[in-house]
Amino acid sequence: MKPPRGPQFLARESYRIRRLMDAARFLPVFGLILLLLPLMRGTSGAEAPPTATETVYLFAVWIALILAAFLMSLGLRRTLDRPKSATPSGPRASTLPQAQAEEE
Amino acid sequence: MSFNLLVLTCLCYVILLFVVASAAERSAADGRAGWLRSPLIYTLSLSVYCTAWTFYGAVGYAARSGLEFMTIYLGPTLVFVGWWVLLRKLVRIGRENRVTSIADMISARYGKSNLLGVIVTLLCVSAGTPYIALQLQSIAQSFTVFATDPVGPSFATDRNLIAFWVAAGLALFTIAFGTRNLDANEQHPGVVTAIAVEAVVKLLALIAVGVFAVWFVASGPADILARIDEQALPEWHIQPGRWSGLILLSAIAIVCLPRMFQVTVVESTNDQHLATASWAFPLYLFMISLFVLPIAVVGLAVMPEGANADMFVLTLPLHMGQNGLALLSFLGGFSAATSMVIVASLALATMVSNHIVVPLWLKVRAAQNLDTGDMRLLVLSVRRLSITLVLGFGYLYYVISGGSAALAAIGLIAFVGVAQVLPALLGALFWRGASRTGAALGLVVGSVMWFFTLFLPSFGPDVMLSARVMEEGAFGLSWLRPYSLFGLTTLDPLMHALFWSLLLNAMVFCIGSFLSFPSPIERVQGALFVNIFDRPGPARSWTRPVAEAEDLLPMAQRIMGATAGQAFFRAQAEVQGKQGYLPDITPEFLEALELKLSGSVGAATAHAMLAQTVGTAVVSVEDLMAVASETAQIMEYSAQLEAKSEELSRTARKLREANEMLQKLSVQKDAFLSQISHELRTPMTSIRAFSEILMEGDGMSGEEQRHFAQIIHDESIRLTRLLDDLLDLSVLEHGQVQLNIAPVMLRDLIDKSITASNSVQAERKFTFLRSRDPEAIEIVTDAGRMTQVFINILSNARKYCISDDPQMQIKVRQRKGMVEVDFIDNGKGIPRDKQALIFEKFSRLTDSMQAGGAGLGLAICREIMHNLGGDVSYVPGQGGAAFRVSFPKELRLPERARKTPRSAATAA
Repeated sequence: MKPPRGPQFLARESYRIRRLMDAARFLPVFGLILLLLPLMRGTSGAEAPPTATETVYLFAVWIALILAAFLMSLGLRRTLDRPKSATPSGPRASTLPQAQAEEE
Repeated sequence: MSFNLLVLTCLCYVILLFVVASAAERSAADGRAGWLRSPLIYTLSLSVYCTAWTFYGAVGYAARSGLEFMTIYLGPTLVFVGWWVLLRKLVRIGRENRVTSIADMISARYGKSNLLGVIVTLLCVSAGTPYIALQLQSIAQSFTVFATDPVGPSFATDRNLIAFWVAAGLALFTIAFGTRNLDANEQHPGVVTAIAVEAVVKLLALIAVGVFAVWFVASGPADILARIDEQALPEWHIQPGRWSGLILLSAIAIVCLPRMFQVTVVESTNDQHLATASWAFPLYLFMISLFVLPIAVVGLAVMPEGANADMFVLTLPLHMGQNGLALLSFLGGFSAATSMVIVASLALATMVSNHIVVPLWLKVRAAQNLDTGDMRLLVLSVRRLSITLVLGFGYLYYVISGGSAALAAIGLIAFVGVAQVLPALLGALFWRGASRTGAALGLVVGSVMWFFTLFLPSFGPDVMLSARVMEEGAFGLSWLRPYSLFGLTTLDPLMHALFWSLLLNAMVFCIGSFLSFPSPIERVQGALFVNIFDRPGPARSWTRPVAEAEDLLPMAQRIMGATAGQAFFRAQAEVQGKQGYLPDITPEFLEALELKLSGSVGAATAHAMLAQTVGTAVVSVEDLMAVASETAQIMEYSAQLEAKSEELSRTARKLREANEMLQKLSVQKDAFLSQISHELRTPMTSIRAFSEILMEGDGMSGEEQRHFAQIIHDESIRLTRLLDDLLDLSVLEHGQVQLNIAPVMLRDLIDKSITASNSVQAERKFTFLRSRDPEAIEIVTDAGRMTQVFINILSNARKYCISDDPQMQIKVRQRKGMVEVDFIDNGKGIPRDKQALIFEKFSRLTDSMQAGGAGLGLAICREIMHNLGGDVSYVPGQGGAAFRVSFPKELRLPERARKTPRSAATAA
């Protein structure tokens, strides 16, 4: 017997959005840890990596953070208030109050 | 390049900005501001963070300290990618409360207190002035670097003069576009659009210089990386304390800087923009920073020894003979400086006018009992004056400080200054318990610390603080040395000041909040700010309106202007369903009006002005208490009513139940009486009949006479037995039975009962299945009564068990001080629907004559067992009729029980 296929949670979309909100809260924390990493690589002497390597690393973390924020903003903006001129999209609007209500 | 050409270029550029700004203003006024309010413009306007300090100073910073310059952009990056946590809330609160500046925000949260507004304003002005001076300095410096024309006018090298003209020009621009009108929400589309254009210019300029340095001077990225390692100085190694401290500091600054607050919060039109800015602004910073280090290393390699690294962006193209690129770079730096000065002076002027000048003016006028006159013109004039003042202060600072310090140092000093707002701001957003007293004390302590440990010493010895104080500490106390307060010597001056000022600020803020008691408005505002996402609208802060709309309209007109004021009143009246210009003065209307006014003059002033007009209608502790106690009374009253009605319905239910019970009893009683009459009548009928036969009995044989007499005798015995039973039942039911309690062996009781019951239908042979060991229990009870029950059950079995090979199984069990005796026969058992009936009086499943009893047996058994503290019940599903007799092993009676021996009644 195969287990029945299909979603186990009915409110899948709002569940995803709430987890996305969690992720948005964690992002700066992880970002800070990654940016503080150079401090743990030895600050002086021969074991410290050359400045060029450090530069590349920091810029890589930076662009990764920007990418992550970009991807998250795509999902998160759906939970925000629409500008007054725009009409709310029909089916999606119903899931939003839920997501908002779960806030705080 | 000639100085005149340079000035001409600048003028053209500024004219372009004027055109852009006025076009934007016009579109906004016509309501065609669609693209002006796009996320792109919003993001670009945030770039006001990147000032001339970034444009010129970052390269110098990188040349001196390597990667450390990145911290200034990494902190804001973290804040923006984490926008969901802090900025989203800040922007939402700012928009919903029509906040006009960071001072307004703090003042509004802490009970619309103008004291806090004044403190924050003073702090921001003292931190912002040097920053403006820094911009003036960089423009002046770039002018002199550029103007290599030896025959130019003499003032070409006079930096102070250049700075003066720049300051004057910027003041003009800011006044023109920043104080055009008193907007309802203090937004300036013209300024924002001009800033966005400048953002593009400075980014393009820096990238152009960077591309030139990487691909034309050096030979590509790989070469640059090699050069970085080659040029790396020992100071370029990342210092842990400064690295993490500066990331923290810049993260704080992006939130607290007045100009950043202006563009992020005040000019924000919707949350969607923030979602875009969350990645787009970090991307902008990324692109700005990308070429900083390359320009620095190329500059260090190419430029002559001792060249000012702060000017590499400008001098590198000049040195390589790229005049066009240099001009672009110059314009980039000019853009960076001017955009910062415009927004900063606008933000500071708003604060100064809303929190210092206008309240003072109001107070003076009120003291003289004068009408406040046309506020609108007043506020605008005050704001224009404030812009001039702020820029004037900046210019003075520049002249006094002589423009000697490295650019980056002043910027960071300003950062530490505005960082003092952070504890109060975070408290405003996340802590309902934060109080006005705590915030004021924290701000004052933090500012004093910042002044003493960083700001005043930054002028150098003997300018603001004497060299003696710097060396030996204030009042000659060595633990009061500005750069090593309380003996803390391991941190560099900046981190030292940041540490002490923020620590003491936050501590005093918390302790002050713990110990003080907030006013009602403060608590209302606190709840409103902290729970901004839970509540749809602003809190109620007006309770008892006493003013007339006629009084309020002139005041609103004075601030908003006649047309706008009348339009607002008319709209409000329409909302209330009224015609004309005068709406009813409801608390809702007052709130809307206050919100509208606070967009122009700040929350504290708007509140104060309304309070002045409306009289004493500002919410007070007494008001709140009155409302609260009224509510409490109503709630208590309704709770009492509810309780009462519940009690009533409970009583009614009880009465109904009692009534039903009575009716049932009455029916039972009728049924009982008719049963009794029936039971009595049957034997009486036969007695009467046979006695009549005997009376008329002529010619009757002695045999027949004896037979009839025998029948009469039997029937009267049956009558007697019935009456005995009834009497017994009545005694048992009323609990008047006298029990003879004594220890006895259960086995003996069962033996005796079996023997006694054998007389019933003695011809049937019953097989008894017993287990004698469990029966060997000594029980304390009334042996006679117990036997009576057993006999009754056994006799019933003998009468009704219709098996051919009748068996009786007797099981004894003990459970928790109770003894259970099961009597199970192998007959048909009792049908399910009759099981409940068998213990009722006069219930017989078969014909009464066959059973030979009145149907009282089991009813008596049940009463007996109740009297003995136990029960008798029918157990279904045992293969036959099964009765379970349960009783306590030791019967303890109330002392009322008498020990009079009582003869066992005959079994039914």
